[in-house]
Amino acid sequence: MGVQILMPALSPTMTEGKLAKWLKQEGDAVKSGDVIAEIETDKATMEVEAVDEGTLTKILVAEGTEGVSVNSPIAELDGGGGAASKGAAPGADTAMPQHPAPPAAASPAVGEVAKQAEDYGTVAQRGTDRKEGAAKMGEAAAAPEKDWGPTKPMTVREALRDAMAVEMRADDKVFLMGEEVAQYQGAYKISQGLLDEFGPRRVIDTPITEHGFTGMAVGAAMTGLKPIVEYMTFNFSMQAIDQIINSAAKTLYMSGGQLGCPIVFRGANGAAARVAAQHSQCYASWYAHVPGLKVVAPWSSADAKGLLRAAIRDPNPVIVLENEILYGHTFDCPTAEDFIVPIGKAKTERAGRDVTIVAYSIAVTWALAAADELAKQGIEAEVINLRSIRPLDSETIAASVKRTNRLVTVEEGWPYANIGTEVAMQVIEAAFDWLDAPPVRVCGKDVPMPYAANLEKLALPTTAEIVDAVKRVTYK
Amino acid sequence: MAQAAETAGAKRRTRTAKEAPMTRDQLLQAYRDMLQIRRFEEKAGQLYGMGLIGGFCHLYIGQEAVVVGMQACLEPGDQVITSYRDHGHMLATGMEARGVMAELTGRAGGYSRGKGGSMHMFSREKGFYGGHGIVGAQVSLGAGLAFSNWYRESRNVSLTYFGEGASNQGQVYESFNLAALMKLPVIFIIENNKYGMGTSVERASASRDLSKNGAPWGIPGEQVDGMSVMAVKEAGERAVAHCRAGNGPYLLEMKTYRYRGHSMSDPAKYRTREEVQKMREQSDPIETARKMLLEQGATEADLKKIDDEVKAIVQEAADFAQSSPEPDEKELWTDILIEEAR
Repeated sequence: MGVQILMPALSPTMTEGKLAKWLKQEGDAVKSGDVIAEIETDKATMEVEAVDEGTLTKILVAEGTEGVSVNSPIAELDGGGGAASKGAAPGADTAMPQHPAPPAAASPAVGEVAKQAEDYGTVAQRGTDRKEGAAKMGEAAAAPEKDWGPTKPMTVREALRDAMAVEMRADDKVFLMGEEVAQYQGAYKISQGLLDEFGPRRVIDTPITEHGFTGMAVGAAMTGLKPIVEYMTFNFSMQAIDQIINSAAKTLYMSGGQLGCPIVFRGANGAAARVAAQHSQCYASWYAHVPGLKVVAPWSSADAKGLLRAAIRDPNPVIVLENEILYGHTFDCPTAEDFIVPIGKAKTERAGRDVTIVAYSIAVTWALAAADELAKQGIEAEVINLRSIRPLDSETIAASVKRTNRLVTVEEGWPYANIGTEVAMQVIEAAFDWLDAPPVRVCGKDVPMPYAANLEKLALPTTAEIVDAVKRVTYK
Repeated sequence: MAQAAETAGAKRRTRTAKEAPMTRDQLLQAYRDMLQIRRFEEKAGQLYGMGLIGGFCHLYIGQEAVVVGMQACLEPGDQVITSYRDHGHMLATGMEARGVMAELTGRAGGYSRGKGGSMHMFSREKGFYGGHGIVGAQVSLGAGLAFSNWYRESRNVSLTYFGEGASNQGQVYESFNLAALMKLPVIFIIENNKYGMGTSVERASASRDLSKNGAPWGIPGEQVDGMSVMAVKEAGERAVAHCRAGNGPYLLEMKTYRYRGHSMSDPAKYRTREEVQKMREQSDPIETARKMLLEQGATEADLKKIDDEVKAIVQEAADFAQSSPEPDEKELWTDILIEEAR
């Protein structure tokens, strides 16, 4: 039984090529791996190696022939025996198709195949069929915020620490890793006291080596541990962004659901004060762009505690964008032991009928201040605290815009492709007919952060700018 | 024969006794495993030529002794992670040829249901953590697997493979530092096949002895004849024992060679045909093992039987990879996030 040798595709784009030279002649013995011919592709001259063994009985395409189609027979081999030589090329019985058969056509045992596929992917819970999009935005009425009962004043810093402590007590797989998190008690004192309670195995000081320790934490998460990686600030996560995106966010998909990555990346995001361009950047837009990541940005102590707890429990990689200026601010925070804020739910911090202001992180402070100012002028603003950047609570936003008919977004990030852009576009897609004015974005100026105090102030959004924006959309 | 390198952490070692690192049965198994990888890769190359495999496809032909020798040192629970030249590693860990081949053809029966491809396959059951397409990224991930062993206080080790090209990446050295600092049980294995794509190691690395690249951190290192499964096994046992004893990381530089191009579309003009031919004729790991087996009393018929069995497995894999359907269109939207039960 003979085997046909086919014109191979030697690059992803090759459809035909020139048979430049035969290195074996009719009658020659051929072993696996022998170079039998040279072929000029669209990119280069390549060598063709034999896969099957036997004697070259016939050359079908003379050397020098141009335009030989991929998969057309170029020679015949008299099979030297062996269990598998017959079927080595599907053309052995002359039924060789010019092009690969459509995959589904030649599948007598689909059920078996599906079962096989199921067997490989039994470890992680399978993701459910989901399609994102703004189509259903606004259809569901926003669920009311749960009342968690008594509260007590607490700083954002304490709330973050408590969230980690509670989850670490509950689950030994949770640990904290980062620069200065242990003995120094945290560069911003977020991890104060955690080393004392949990010891050096679970509160781990790393060297200044973001790329390395992020990769290490992601690898640990792939085995089922639940790392919390603290970046002193998110600016330094740029050193490690490949591991966050290419390894943490994509592996579940690339593994067909086998290998999840339950990990939290957290730290201070955005501008602090007078630390200039390299230390004052908002990463919300960067990380929110990536399927496979969740991104949250707490504003209050309750947000911080509830969202961080949810992030640690989440089986997916979650980015927690904190704000250094807010760390020392005090808010009332529920004292209930099981208090948690679900990821994906925005919170209406202030109700109003005239305009919807969507903000996140420290911009919520500015938006609320603007709303106070606007109220004095007779404009009632509704302020929505996003809390979760991805997934975005489109329902709450759209429901609000359908009542107010006006949208202003506020954030400290740069204007180009920022979160306000996404919010506005989703509103346009879902509630265009309800809009009485084009949405307006108030955001950081499109410049690297300057150092000089006056310039820095100019670079960041202000309450006055928000008030102006609201007046524009309300035509006041 | 393994040649030890002098490092801060390890004294020069030489083989003192002529004890064989593998029994005849073990060598027979290694021969079979190497042959299966070789035949699998040849078949993959053929399917690529037929347009059934797309994109990048990096073949492991020539380097088989490295993974087969190292795998022989492992215990259940040990982990393996590598780069995109990963088919051999998967087969060595015991992953099924059919599931790997069907992933190469992008079918539902593949290990990643067709969503990962040649460079992205995983099997937690077999301790195989990928399959990573970004050069060097798997090195810190591999340190993370070892971290997990450290954290759980298990005696397992992580085999972290990377090429000599990747060995110049910064995160490799970050990982060396972290692993040495924390005494993580990780064996860093540099598969030095002499070329990072088209750039020879001499043109890419100022380091002339990569086994010493961990020396500043006190990581003991050895250069190993990666074309000899015996030498690999022998060095591997030493490295694994070092890690299991809690002594921290170990570095093995495998001197090996890939016969094929970097990927399928590489014309390999950066080296001569004679150079490749010489390696094939004088140092082929499978031929070497075959000769040793014959010297030890195996018959041609014994080996022919293995050849036939391996060919049948690979052919079955190829058939499965063509008959398995493409993934359901719904798969586009699955496995992006693990959804909580709703």
